[in-house]
Amino acid sequence: MKWMWNPKYEAMDRENLEQIQLERLQAILHHAYRHVPFYRSLFEDRGLGPGDILSLKDLQEVPFTTKEDLLKGFPYDFFAVPLTKVARIHTSSGTTGRPIVVGYTKRDLQYWSHLNARVLLAGELGERDVLQISFNYGLFTGGFGFHAGAELIGTAVIPASAMGITRQINVMANFKATALVSLPSHALRIGHRLQEMGIDPKDLSLRVGFFGAEPWSEATRHQIEEHLSVRALDNYGLAEVGGPGVAFECQYRRGLHINEDHFYPEIIDPATGKVLGAGEEGELVLTTLAKEAFPVLRFRTGDLTSLDYEPCECGRTLVRMARVKGRADDMFIIRGINLFPSQIEDILFSFKVGPNYIIRLYREEGLDQMELQVESPLYQKDEGRNLKGKIAGEFMDRLTLEVTVNLVEPGSIKVSRGKQQTVVDEREI
Amino acid sequence: MLRVRGLKVYYGRIQAVKGVSFHLHEGETIAFIGPNGAGKSSLLMALSGVVKREGEITLEGRNISHLGPYELVKEGIIQVPEGRQIFSGLTVEENLLLGGFNKRRERGWVKKTMDWIWSLFPPLEERKKQLAGSLSGGEQQMLALGRALMGDPRILLLDEPSLGLAPIIVDEIYSTLRKLRKDRSLSVVLVEQNAPLALDFAHRAYVMESGTIILSGETDMLKSDDTVLDVYLGRAGGDFFE
Repeated sequence: MKWMWNPKYEAMDRENLEQIQLERLQAILHHAYRHVPFYRSLFEDRGLGPGDILSLKDLQEVPFTTKEDLLKGFPYDFFAVPLTKVARIHTSSGTTGRPIVVGYTKRDLQYWSHLNARVLLAGELGERDVLQISFNYGLFTGGFGFHAGAELIGTAVIPASAMGITRQINVMANFKATALVSLPSHALRIGHRLQEMGIDPKDLSLRVGFFGAEPWSEATRHQIEEHLSVRALDNYGLAEVGGPGVAFECQYRRGLHINEDHFYPEIIDPATGKVLGAGEEGELVLTTLAKEAFPVLRFRTGDLTSLDYEPCECGRTLVRMARVKGRADDMFIIRGINLFPSQIEDILFSFKVGPNYIIRLYREEGLDQMELQVESPLYQKDEGRNLKGKIAGEFMDRLTLEVTVNLVEPGSIKVSRGKQQTVVDEREI
Repeated sequence: MLRVRGLKVYYGRIQAVKGVSFHLHEGETIAFIGPNGAGKSSLLMALSGVVKREGEITLEGRNISHLGPYELVKEGIIQVPEGRQIFSGLTVEENLLLGGFNKRRERGWVKKTMDWIWSLFPPLEERKKQLAGSLSGGEQQMLALGRALMGDPRILLLDEPSLGLAPIIVDEIYSTLRKLRKDRSLSVVLVEQNAPLALDFAHRAYVMESGTIILSGETDMLKSDDTVLDVYLGRAGGDFFE
């Protein structure tokens, strides 16, 4: 029970937990059905009503919801309460110009802060800690989400937000931060800069870090732990289901405990949609059980993982998801920004280059880098240089992404079975 | 202790309770709040077995879905019906004796319990030979409660105990209930239209609307909830929503 924010729910026996899940599910199904036309038609198209779902297994009758569905509802079609009841608005981190807009009522914010307190307390964060939150405080859910959780615990919070690396380090050193919340890639950059500045991380007060919002490998974990002298814990969340606070590692780090009293997880075969059993790897599907403003039913996260229901040594009975292994779709994440190839293709199309291209993702001194190779007849000409600059500018404008553009000879990009491999990820994730 | 999944109640073709799920822990009080016609009383009557129902009810892991009213009383699930429904042509004492019918073979039970009820509700003892129909509304509510207690309940089902009573009597009834549930470690399922009262008395509550549960949670949380405040508690600091 130690280091559990809500031991009642975090260590509840499975039978009682499933009862709670079912009870919350009944309320959320009615709520979504009554207030979101999309969900209503989802039911009606199948001749179903929310009252037909009488067990957790019955939920499999309900069709999936996808990112594309949510995007079509821009901005407020998926809100299940009127705007007068909305207390906060955030967006998903996709920078298509049309992000997924998500809302929170006062109750949602209250629950959300408790969920984040669970994440932080599992990392043994307490009142004596000083937590530096280096997630962007803005439309992105990360900053505000962790902030509220840390305040509940009573930790001193430094809302460092999106400052430059050197300033982050200055604050960290001067304010004696003992804990850090950031992107893992950001932590790597901080680590590299510390080396450059000749600062021994052991001279800092840092002891624990909570990293998430993008997939990261065990290799990255070792690097962060070494370069920052912290214990690095993984956490999982996504704006569509509420932001951070969905799942988190405890000190045993054997998978991420899903806050099952708030999120009902299923693993499906991404190709067939068939629900898979415990231990089988597939796409994570989440149903929110308590969210009022923005409930989602069977949302396909696109993240590949598996579930382990064995109780954990930490005492939590909450199911553990394996660290995310990759994507079921072609989305990729760079510096915390979600990207689909289609967004890149939109830009290339506007410059009449392509259609074949390759995105190469690699890491340089801990920093995610992106190189674009695209076919163009101008590849050897002077105008080509100009074009490269324009394309890079457009990436910065639309996607806030720095990209190195290289033009290559038309026909030189290998196409197999009508589709070239567009993303080459060399970041060891 | 008590677990209910997918409970449905039909009156002919009208579905009053549309597949609801809830649970009750030992020693806990849960409340169902919601407008008239939301299905709260039907739900309670389904629990005591006096209306036909579908769904799964388990008591301490045992399936009791098929039990009728008399067997449920023997299990200790006893209802105090809405509007008291005492036997007005019988005396106060006779009403209590009927309540103890299921315990009649247990030596000394009836006498011991009746003495205890007289001590809980002194006005009843003074009127034990009177016809129950001659009692005031508050006294009738006490009698209905006393009659249920005679059956040795483990789970007490309370249907609108405040209905039609003066506020001072309501206070009295509820303070007796508080004492009771503590002394006897009773588990209570309360149906109450007076939401502020219910949310003060219960540990957890389920909000019902048209036969479904639309919200549930600990009462401390629900008291500050926007929806509950707006619809059931009267936002502008008014006494309560009617």
